[in-house]
Amino acid sequence: MQKKILITQADFDPGAELETLNLPGAGGIASFIGTVRDDTGRLAALHLEHYPGMTERALAKIVDEAEARWPLLGCTIIHRVGRLTPGQRIVLTAAASPHRQAALAATNFLIDWLKTSAPFWKREEFSDGASRWVEARESDEAEKAKWKKAWRPQSYTSPPKS
Amino acid sequence: MTKILYFAWLREKLGTAAEDVNLPENLATVADLIAWQQTRGENFASAFGAKNQVRCAVDQEFATPATPITGASEIAFFPPVTGG
Repeated sequence: MQKKILITQADFDPGAELETLNLPGAGGIASFIGTVRDDTGRLAALHLEHYPGMTERALAKIVDEAEARWPLLGCTIIHRVGRLTPGQRIVLTAAASPHRQAALAATNFLIDWLKTSAPFWKREEFSDGASRWVEARESDEAEKAKWKKAWRPQSYTSPPKS
Repeated sequence: MTKILYFAWLREKLGTAAEDVNLPENLATVADLIAWQQTRGENFASAFGAKNQVRCAVDQEFATPATPITGASEIAFFPPVTGG
């Protein structure tokens, strides 16, 4: 399986990244892009920090887990770090498979697991100069937990590649 | 010597990102190490207080309080992760 894991300050080109997943045998390419959201109208930027070394290992494990669950041809995770302003891209997860349900499910799985199992931290910088570390959300743990029960969309019935 | 790393608000509160420490030999697990950190002055006691739910990685793998630390070369402490 083609694997791409990248931690970078630079922006990425979604179209170019998806094109690299248009692999021989692919019938579906799915993707998720997370962007900086400003809920309050006061957010100046998000600061993304990570644990170099461990982050790459953690993301590689998440990709391996996806590969074990679905018949995938390729997986991409790109996560930006540094200072990002509202509207800017933060993260891309994408997967290619012969069939759309596997690609969609794997993409969803990659972002759910990334949120709870990769060492990234966000700090909010507000327009008045104040700053606050974002707290982890219990709902993110719940999203991850559903995958532990080998949850799959009901319409996806093919056995996972083991 | 063991390298200890701190991330996010822990790094800011403790005023350090990394330190090389000679750990007492009687520390066997992450829970032991956290208890020891709580004895290292006011900032450490507060940062490692139970309410903060500080997380740990031993040699770049997520750890639990029961994870052994004997022989570890790199131990990291951080808040619950918030990426994505």
